[in-house]
This record gives sequence, C-alpha cells and structure tokens, in this order.
Amino acid sequence: MSTKTDKIDRLGELTAAKQDEHGVSLWTEAFRRVRRNPTALVGIAILVIFVLVAIIGPWVAPYSPTDFIGKGEVRSGQGIIPGPSAEHWLGYDHQGRDELSRLLVGARQTLLVGIISTLIGLTIGALVGGIAGAAAGLGGRVGRAVDSVLMRIVDMLLALPSLLLAVSIAALLGASLTTVMIAVGVVSVPIFARLLRGAMVAQANSDYVLAATSLGVKRTKIAIGHILPNSLAPVIVQATLTLATAIIEAAALSFLGLGNPDSATPEWGLMLAEAQRFLDIRPGLAIYPALGIIITALGFTLLGEAMREALDPKLRK
Amino acid sequence: MTETLVEVDDLKVHFPIKRGVFLDRVVGHVKAVDGVDLRINKGETYGLVGESGCGKSTLGRALLQLTPPTGGRVNFDGTELTTLPAKQLRSMRRRMQMIFQDPMSSLDPRQNVESILTEGLQAHGLGGDRTERRKIIAKSLDAVGLPQWALSRYPHEFSGGQRQRIGIARAVVLNPDLIVADEPVSALDVSIQAQVINLLEDLQEELGLTYLVIAHDLAVVKHISDTVGVMYLGALVEEASSDDLYRQPLHPYTRALMSAVPVPDPEIEDRRERILLAGDLPSPANPPTGCRFHTRCPWAQPTRCRDERPGLRIIGTGTHRVACHWAEQIESGEIRSHAVKAELIADGAGARDAHGALETALETPGGPVV
Amino acid sequence: MPLLDVKDLSVTFARRGQRTVRAVDGVSFSVEAGEVVGLVGESGCGKSVTSLALMGLLPKQRGVTIGGSAMFGDTDLLKTDERTMRDIRGRDVAMIFQDPLSSLNPVIPIGIQVTEVLTRHRGLTGAKATAEATDLLNRVGIPDPTRRLKEYPHQLSGGMRQRALIAMAVACAPKLLIADEPTTALDVTIQAQILELLRGLVRDSGTALVMITHDLGVVAGMCDTVNVLYAGRVVESARRKPLFADPRHPYTTGLLGSVPRLDAGKGERLHAIRGSVRDVLPWPDGCAFAPRCDRRVDACVGEPPALVEGVHRHAYRCVNPESRTVEVPS
Repeated sequence: MSTKTDKIDRLGELTAAKQDEHGVSLWTEAFRRVRRNPTALVGIAILVIFVLVAIIGPWVAPYSPTDFIGKGEVRSGQGIIPGPSAEHWLGYDHQGRDELSRLLVGARQTLLVGIISTLIGLTIGALVGGIAGAAAGLGGRVGRAVDSVLMRIVDMLLALPSLLLAVSIAALLGASLTTVMIAVGVVSVPIFARLLRGAMVAQANSDYVLAATSLGVKRTKIAIGHILPNSLAPVIVQATLTLATAIIEAAALSFLGLGNPDSATPEWGLMLAEAQRFLDIRPGLAIYPALGIIITALGFTLLGEAMREALDPKLRK
Repeated sequence: MTETLVEVDDLKVHFPIKRGVFLDRVVGHVKAVDGVDLRINKGETYGLVGESGCGKSTLGRALLQLTPPTGGRVNFDGTELTTLPAKQLRSMRRRMQMIFQDPMSSLDPRQNVESILTEGLQAHGLGGDRTERRKIIAKSLDAVGLPQWALSRYPHEFSGGQRQRIGIARAVVLNPDLIVADEPVSALDVSIQAQVINLLEDLQEELGLTYLVIAHDLAVVKHISDTVGVMYLGALVEEASSDDLYRQPLHPYTRALMSAVPVPDPEIEDRRERILLAGDLPSPANPPTGCRFHTRCPWAQPTRCRDERPGLRIIGTGTHRVACHWAEQIESGEIRSHAVKAELIADGAGARDAHGALETALETPGGPVV
Repeated sequence: MPLLDVKDLSVTFARRGQRTVRAVDGVSFSVEAGEVVGLVGESGCGKSVTSLALMGLLPKQRGVTIGGSAMFGDTDLLKTDERTMRDIRGRDVAMIFQDPLSSLNPVIPIGIQVTEVLTRHRGLTGAKATAEATDLLNRVGIPDPTRRLKEYPHQLSGGMRQRALIAMAVACAPKLLIADEPTTALDVTIQAQILELLRGLVRDSGTALVMITHDLGVVAGMCDTVNVLYAGRVVESARRKPLFADPRHPYTTGLLGSVPRLDAGKGERLHAIRGSVRDVLPWPDGCAFAPRCDRRVDACVGEPPALVEGVHRHAYRCVNPESRTVEVPS
C-alpha cells in the first residue's frame, strides 16, 4: 500500500510542479553550466592562479626584480649567465636580476595590458556597435544612414594592420606600454563593433521586439531594455577570447620594441624580447615568459569557449 | 446594428526588392498586401485564412501599423491610424494588442513573467504604484489560467501552451479593445491548441474583446470566427459569415482549400469530393494578371479571368462577398471544372529572388513605427 | 506473416549528468504488405524516434539503448549490422522526412541525387539512369522533369521538393515506406496533393506505408490501421473506422475532441485535454496519461495498465476506458 501511496504522491507532485523554487534566469543557468563544464574549470583554475600571482607577485617575489644582484656573476657578453640554483630557482636574467622575481612581478603588467587593451576595444567597439545596431534595427531611414556611416568607418579600421597602427601610434606617442595598450585595443574595436551590431540587428527583427513595439514601449527603451541585453552574450565571449589575444599581441609589440623601453618594470613580452639575444646561451630566459603567456592565453581561451557553449541559446535544451 | 471597430480600406503593403552592392537599386515590388478592404465589428471575431505567402500576417501587422502600409487607410474606432503622429499612435497601442505564433520567440528570454506583464502597464503609465500593478497582473494571470508562482519564472521554464498563455496575458493586461492573433495555435500540440482556443473564446466573452485571428488552418478559423476572409496572393477572394462560408463556398479557391482540409472522420473522408489544385502559389513579386487565381483555377474561363481582375462583390442578399467573375455560374453548375496543367512556378531565378526579397524585406521593414 | 513486425521496441537516451529518457517504451505494431499504418501522437510521444530506430538511423553509441525486435522478413532491423542495413535502406525500406529541404543535399542537383539512388541499388548508370529518373519525377507529378533534374533543391518549391524526395524513396520500389510527418511543413492545398500522390503510390505499387503524423484528419483519410502513441507507448490500436467511431482510450477521445472540425457548428466548445505533454507519469508507475486524464481512477496509478484486446484487433491500454456502446462494469 505504501508504495502505491508514494506513487499517488508522485502524481500529485507532477501536477503541483515545483512551486517553491524561484525562477532561474538565463544568466544563472549559463553560470551553472559553466560550473559543470570541466573545460571551464581548467580555464578558471589557470586564471585564478594567474590573477593571484598578479596580485601578490611583488610580495612573494624572493628578490627585487630590479636589483642587479648577480651583476658580478653575469657576463652576458662572454656568454655567461648562470642558470637555476638553490637561491635563484630560475637563475639570473642577462643583467643579473632574479628571473623568478621578474616573472612573478611581470604577471601584473601583463594582466593589466591585456585587461586595459581589451577594455579599450570593448568600450569603443560596443559603443559604436551599439549605436549602429540600435539605429539600424529601430531607427528607420535615418537610422540606417547612421548605421551605414558608422560601419564604413569601422570597416576602414578593420583594414589597418595592427602592427602598422602600433607603429604609427608609437611614432606619435613614443614607445611605451600605453602605446601598446592603445594599439592592441584599437585593433579589436571593429571586432566588437561588428559583433554587437550584428547581434542587435538580428534581435531587432525578433518577435519579442515586435511584441514590445505593439505594447507601446518606447524605441529607446526597447533598444536598451530588450535588444541590448539579448545581444551581449557573444560580446562577452569575444571579450574573454580577446583577453587572450591581447596578451599575446601586446607581448608581440613589446617584443618588437614598441613597448616600454625601460626594463625596470618587468613585463613578459618585454622579457621575451630581451631574451632573444641570449637564446643560444640561456633559452630558458625566453621559454619562461613565453610559457607564461601561452598558459594564460590558454586559460582565457578555455573559459571563453566554455562561455560560448553556456550562453549559446541553440545549445539550451 | 453592430458597431464597426476597425475599418480597412484599400490597404497595400509593397516591399521593395533591392539589388546591388553599394547603392540599393529597387528592381521590383513584392505585393504582399495589394488592396484589401475589410470591417471588423465590435465584440466579434474576424478570421483571416490563407496559405503561406498570401500576405495575411503582413496584413495583420500593417493594420497595427507595425509594418508601415504603402497605401490605404486603417480606421480604428474613429481614429485614422495611417496618418497618426508617432506619439499618439504609441498611446493608441494600448487599445490594440497582438498575440504571436511562436510563444517562445515573442517573449524576451531574459525577462521574467512579472516584468513581461508590467512592461505594457509602465509604458502607458497605468496601474499606479507597484502593489496596485501586482494586483492587476495577478488578475490577468488568473484570467489566462496561470498560477501566481509563475510571476518569478522565466519563459524557458514553461511549456509551449503556458508560454502562449503568458503572451495572451501580456495582451489582455492592458485591457485592449482589439487583439490581433497571428497563428495563435499553430505552434502548439493538438491537445494544447484546444485549451488556447477555448481560452481565447472565454476571454472574448468576459472582456468583450474583438479579435482578428490570422491562421492557415481553416478549421481553427472557422471554429473561432464570426466572419471569415479568405486571402490569396495579397487580396481577399471571399468573405462571409463563418457558417455561410462553410455551407456555400463560392470562390473556387475557397472550395479547393476547404476540400483540402483533412477531417478526422473516416466516413466523411471517404465520401469527400476533393478539388486538387495544380501547381504552387505564384510568386507575389510577379502575380498573374487578371484574377490572380486563374492560373490554378479548375473553373477558369478564357480571356476574362486572365484579363480582368475581379473585385469583391456581394452575392445574394446577405454579406457574402466574393471576388470571382463566374461565382453564380459555377454555383449553379453552368460552368464545369476542368483539368489544369500545373505551371512552372518556382521558375529558376525569378521566383527564388522574389521569395528571398520577401524574406529580407520582412526582416528590415524600414523599422517598425512606434 | 506480416511485412514488418515490431515487438517491444524501446529506445532510451542516457546523457551524462542528465536523467535517462525513455523515448520509446515497449512499442509493438505490425504492418501487412500493402497496408497503410498510422502512428499518431503529439510531440514527445516517440513516433519519430520509432521511425529512426526502424531505419537504423539512431546513433549507435553514447548512451543510446535500443531494445525489442523489428522483424522485416527474416531480418531484425534493430540488430542487423550497418552494411546490411545500408542495403536494405533505400532498396527495401525507404523514408520520407518532414523537412524536404534539409533532407536533400543543397549543393547537388536533384537529378544527380535521384540517379545516385538508382545507381546504388539498381545498378543503373548513364543515360539509362537519367531516363529512369525523368520517369520517376514524372510519376510523382513534377512538371517538366528533364529540366528539373538539373536544378538544385532551393530552386524548387516546398511541395516540389517533397515530391522529389518521394521520387527518391520509391525509386527502388521498396516494400515499405516510412513517412515522418511528410506534409506538416506544407500548405493545406499542397498537403492534399502530396497525400493524393502517396495514396496513388500505395494503390498502384502495393508498397506498405507507415504514416507518422500528429494530424488525425490525415489518418482518417489514409490509414488502414491506426496506432495512437502517448509518452512512448501505443495506448490504442485499431482499424481506422472503429478507432474513430468507438475510441476507447481517453487520450484518443481527448485528441478527437481537441481538433476544431470544419463540419461543427460555431460556438461548440472544444474538449481540451488539461495539462501539457510534460505532465507525464513514468510508465512503470502507472498510466502515463493519468495526470491529465478525466477518467482517472485509483487503479490508474500503481502499475501500468495492461493491453486490453477487444474485437477486430481493437486494443487499448486503459483500466477505465471510454465506451460509446457498453458501460464497463466497475
């Protein structure tokens, strides 16, 4: 009898549904999915370590990254750079500074370059793309003209090679970390702009926008309240992925000598650039920062891919 | 005497077909709606039926000014909508609401039900403070048969039928006069369709609503409507009270449509006379001359059907209108049906481009007018 | 011996981290040569999964379990190896899908897709294959077939595409044709054309047809035998006329009552089934339809209702069936 009543209860449950639970928004659900995805967890783990290092690096570094403590032992001209030892786990760099300390402290610069340049790209890109998208989607004839002009400008930007852009900016502002950040950021502007605009135009043609229009909701409110939030997912994913490429690109520009010429503040890209001269003597000096850059970029890419999966409405059941 | 709520006169919606990379060149028009007159009486249901591409959805949207009409007039309860300034039109929207075919895509996936239902009230400054609004919302949830706990839920957490109920609640919460329902049940399972149809009928009775129901399913339209209009290629071919239309379909297309609807009764299915139409719907970018149905009509007569476009005319004493030159003769049996050779419709480039253009035109309709 | 005898077919999908889904749960039915058998039900009733399982088109790995048997002659369609199945598919058993556009290859002309079938199963090549293909298109009512052969799927209308697909399906005069919602994506007048075409094919060639649909009207006009599916099981099975005249399962009557009918007067209320397809009781716990059923009694819950065999192969799975003639003693 008891099993039968159980089953009757089950029937009751079915009809009553899960009343007590609160609704789950799409963001919450996406977050849950990211949490269940092993790829995402690996990416997050990498990034947590990276960010931790970036924050506490200067405090845990065994030596000052700018002290030429090994000056006496290093004769880079004669090809003598001492390797790892008990006191200096990764040895000295070409000027006799502790390599490990420089790597630990350099993480912060690298992270900052990545984040700031991505933010530059994201802000300008999203602004241009958002305006173009809203105008194209809802603005009628005038809107389409505004959209056309904005997007043609973006197209021109897209045609510029990032290196050329960086060189020109460096020519204007001088080689510095700011130059690198601006150059890398500006190059990603068209990507964000096109992405957001495309998503918004697609959303503007959706039924729920028509529904909001027929409710009598104002156009600006529809653009900000409906179209924009529903267009953000691909932009967020792109931002995560751009963080990875931004770090690599910034490193590349530093490597080419467009970054901060002052090696007092360590930065992975710059360290890589300086190490190239000593590749034959101490390849480790190039390998350590390169590994750092690659692993960090991988972390962002893994997280980005996992977020793409979690946010893609087509993959939702 | 019944009062008219909506009066549509010679409504036209033509979408330009554009080509070219830099400067869009207009190379033709898709005449989605091409001269439609109809009247919808207060408290009644007008059913608009037709196959895909006949322009019925465009007509519904043009009536609500969601797609700007190319020509013609729409009079809503004494107000001319086509010339109404944007601001007045927006406040007029409270009185005319819409229900969509796909309940998922017509609900913003990032809004919970409470926010979906509040949005319209806020837009029109209705309902006062928050508690009062909640009361109104609770009432409309009740009216559509959804539990109160639905308020905090998001659209993806509901079944198809429940989502459609949310869509209906969103429309009725504003206490409108007219509701345009575009294929309100075609995306739903059969057993759910009946629930939603019953709900629409109940709401009409309780709230005194006027409906324009647009559907491809003649049985659904016939069931729910007082008056039925049959559309073919952008124009009405026949209009009659629901019973008259079923009892005595006068236009050859209506006859064919009716004979094509499967009836869940083997006895009837076995006895039925079937009128099979030859070929496909012609492209609305390049509609046939004269009567648009003459290329597929089993009763088509030489020259006149091809040359002269028939207008809607009243047949008999009632309100039965039909756009056919030979309706009486066909009815009396004077003109017999004959075989029709199927025309090549999807004729390479022409038709394809036209359909493509229709789709793109619908995607960017010059922005909805607010 | 029937042409196809399906016994206790069950399909379960198990995905990591998710509940195992029993999409088909002990479906049995048989198809005689030349017979039209309907599988009717709403979304999620398992009708499409059934057809895919029969065609051997379900993915064979990753948590998909197929049980039961489907004897087609001496072959069990569920257990045979992929190579034999490839030979059977298209030659002995063919399938027509709901969406003709996605079942045709968009970058290959219709003609080549049709002749491919002829070459693969009938060994026809060159001019012979082309001639046969032209003839096939002609038979399924495609005007100007020689020209159509050179065209790509997107150049044809929906109805014409479905015709082309039917042409490919009947190219080898299969003994069994499975049509999964063949007209759902089409307009009514085009649907009528396609149904008429299928009727003609069955009549002229003696092909048996399994018609999978949600539309009771289509069933009423086409099928000899009807199986009504709910939540992965056949809940009622009968010859066409008895099923419509004397439906026994409350789900069948519910479906019939839900459909607006052309011949009904205005204002007649529809008898909707309450709840939604999601409110399903798992079969082992009782009748899956019980949560939505108006005729529910205590006996509905506890164990699944047994199949009751009535007269003339009219069988149903209900402990408290509807009856238009005799009241069931309680």
